Amino acid sequence: MAGLMRSGMRVSALARQCSRILIPQQRGYADMAFTLASPTDVYYASANVKQVDVPSFSGSFGILPNHVPSLAVLKPGVVTVFEQDGSNKKFFVSSGSISINDDSSVQVLAEEAHPLDRLDAQAIREGVTKAQHDLSAASSDRAKAEAQIALECYEALQKAVEGH
Amino acid sequence: MEALLARTVPVLTPQWTQVRSMATLKDIRVRLKSVTNIQKITKSMKMVSAAKYAKAERELRPARPFGSGAKAFFEKAELNQDKSQPNQLIIVLSSDRGLCGGIHSGLSRELRNLVNAKPAGTDTKFVVLGDKARGILQRTFKDKFLLSFNDYGRKPPTFADAALVANAVLDQDYKFDYASLYFNTFRSVVSYRVTEQPIFSRDQIAAAGKINLYDSIDEEVLRSFNEYALASLIYYGMKEGACSEQSSRMTAMEAASKNAGEMIGRLTLTFNRTRQAVITKELIEIISGAAAI
Repeated sequence: MAGLMRSGMRVSALARQCSRILIPQQRGYADMAFTLASPTDVYYASANVKQVDVPSFSGSFGILPNHVPSLAVLKPGVVTVFEQDGSNKKFFVSSGSISINDDSSVQVLAEEAHPLDRLDAQAIREGVTKAQHDLSAASSDRAKAEAQIALECYEALQKAVEGH
Repeated sequence: MEALLARTVPVLTPQWTQVRSMATLKDIRVRLKSVTNIQKITKSMKMVSAAKYAKAERELRPARPFGSGAKAFFEKAELNQDKSQPNQLIIVLSSDRGLCGGIHSGLSRELRNLVNAKPAGTDTKFVVLGDKARGILQRTFKDKFLLSFNDYGRKPPTFADAALVANAVLDQDYKFDYASLYFNTFRSVVSYRVTEQPIFSRDQIAAAGKINLYDSIDEEVLRSFNEYALASLIYYGMKEGACSEQSSRMTAMEAASKNAGEMIGRLTLTFNRTRQAVITKELIEIISGAAAI
C-alpha cells in the first residue's frame, strides 16, 4: 500500500515536471505583449500579435514572440504588424524607441505614428521638394543637418506611400 | 442730518458672517453685488475648466499606455535606485496657474517633507516646471534650484515641451546618484495622488541587473534610447499633472460657487430684514409724531 502511494506520488511529480517543461513552450508560442503608441494615439496596448517588422538604425528587423531582449532606435519608415488572424497593418513612424524585454513584451514608442492611409501623397511630394531646396540653400552645419533629417524623413514617407 | 441718521440702523448680524456692528442698506447692497459678481466669475471658471478637463482627460487616455510603455523597460530590466546615496535630482511637474485646490501645495509639501527628512550630508537639486511649485519651494530651498521653467500650464502640454525639458535636464552637469520625477497622478475628478517616477542615467542603465540579457546594445543606442525614454516619461507626467490640475480646478470652482451662493442667501436675508426694520422705524416715527400733535 505504501509502495503504491510512493509510486503514485512519483508519477504525479514526474507529470508536474513535464508540465513545467511544457508550459513555457506554450506561452512562448502564444504570447507577445505588443505596444505601439505615440503621444497622441495608441494602436496596440499589450496586444497579442504574430509578428512585427520595425525599421531601426541598425537595420530593419522582424520581431517574433520570444525574440532576444534588445533595445533599438526607430528610424523613419514603416512598421508592419502581422495580427493573429493573418491580416497585416502598416504604420508610418518618424522616430522613437523599441524595447524588447525578456518576458516577450515589445514596446514601440514613436514620436509620430500614423496608419499609411492618413498620409497625403501630394503634401509629401511638396515636402520632398522643399527639403531638397532647403538642403541646397543651407549655409550653416546645423541648418544643413536639419534639412538632411527632413529630407530623409520625407523620402521615407514617399517610399512608404508608394509601396502601399 | 436727522434723516440720514435715521437710515443707519444697527443690524443683528448672524453669527456666521463677519463681525460688523453697523450696516446700512447701502453697505449690504454693495456687498451683495460684489459677492454675486464673484459667483459669476467662479461659475464661468468652472465651465472653462470643465471643458479643459474633458480635453485633458481625453488626451491622458493615449498618454497612459505610452507612459507605461516607456516605464516597461526600466521595470523589466530590474533597474533599482540606491536611495542611500547622497545626491538626488528631483524634477517637479507643476504649472503656472493657481485656483485649483491643493494641487501645487500638496506636491510641494510632499517634497519639502521628503527633503527635510533627509540626513545631513546629502544633497538634493530641483528642476521645477511651473511658477506655483517654484514659488513655494523657493522659500525653503532657494539654494537647491538647478533649473526652473515657467510659462507652462496655460496650454495642454505637448511632446515638444517634454523634449525641451528632457534636453535641458540632460545638458546639466550635476552628478546625481539617483533621480525622480514628481507629479500628481489623476485618479478621479475628486482624487489625485502625488507620484514618484524613478528616472535613470545612461550609466545606471548600463549597470542594470538584466542588461546583459539584452542584445545589440551600443553606446549610441543606449544614449538615444535613454533620452527618448526620459522625454516620454516627462510627457506622461505632464499629462497626468495637467489632467489632475484641471479636474481639481473644476472641483474648487464648483465649491467656490456654492459658497458664494450660500453667502448671497444670507446677505439677501439680512438685506430684507434691514429694509423691513427701516420701514418699521419710519412708520413708528410718523405715527408717534402724529399722536403727539
